[in-house]
Amino acid sequence: MSVSTAVFYLIALITVISAGMVAFSRNIIYSAFSLLGTFMGVAGIYVFLGADFVAAVQVLIYVGGILVLILFAVMLTHRITDVEVTNRAAGRIPALIIVGVLVYLLIETLRVTPWVKTKELVYAATTANIGDLFLYSYLLPFELASLVLLAAMIGAVVLSRKEIKE
Amino acid sequence: MSPNELSSYLIIGAILFCLGLFTVLTRRNAISVLMGVELILNSANINYVAFSHFSSGNADGQIYAIFVIMLAAAEAAVGLAIVLAIFQLFHTIDVEAAETLKE
Repeated sequence: MSVSTAVFYLIALITVISAGMVAFSRNIIYSAFSLLGTFMGVAGIYVFLGADFVAAVQVLIYVGGILVLILFAVMLTHRITDVEVTNRAAGRIPALIIVGVLVYLLIETLRVTPWVKTKELVYAATTANIGDLFLYSYLLPFELASLVLLAAMIGAVVLSRKEIKE
Repeated sequence: MSPNELSSYLIIGAILFCLGLFTVLTRRNAISVLMGVELILNSANINYVAFSHFSSGNADGQIYAIFVIMLAAAEAAVGLAIVLAIFQLFHTIDVEAAETLKE
């Protein structure tokens, strides 16, 4: 087993275990911090797939943005002293059965399907290619994305301000 | 399972998706539900990038992944603002408490 294979297993293990902690932990703060492992592990998987720019974006936006936002929301809303507010097990057993069957079906399907062998993999920098695609083929979605972000920003400000009633 | 096979990445994506689905199904805490949604979006992104890497070799799948990340950021901002508004109104973030549209 080569070094890269071992690193791949390690990253996959970190990703799956911390995702499991997000799903099963009884304390919401542990869940929020476990998301860090999942997001970093997914960034590592992107590196293995030769997507360096997406990996950097993942670290910047998920770890630097969304995770901090989630932690702020946890600290602002959750009374730190009572830990057990979450997860009062409405349908834990049925959900476990449904998800277990689903994961079994998905993994069996993936294993049985004959995936076509591809050419030899090349690892090259993708940033210039992605920039070209954004400004030629995907120009309209790119501009729409900026509109969506503006709308989301205004919406978040409007929703979270304090209303002063007369 | 090895780093040179498509199916290993798809299996990781499937496991992440199912854990996210479990989180969304079992939690009543609105922030936990949002965390489950983030897990599901991450699994979809892994599939996009993996198929792009192993099939065509061009960067189209990576473009879609970046769009998904962007929309996830917008979703997190608006969703958490709604959660904070619900908390100010009902003093809880249990999703079953917030069942009225008006005060």
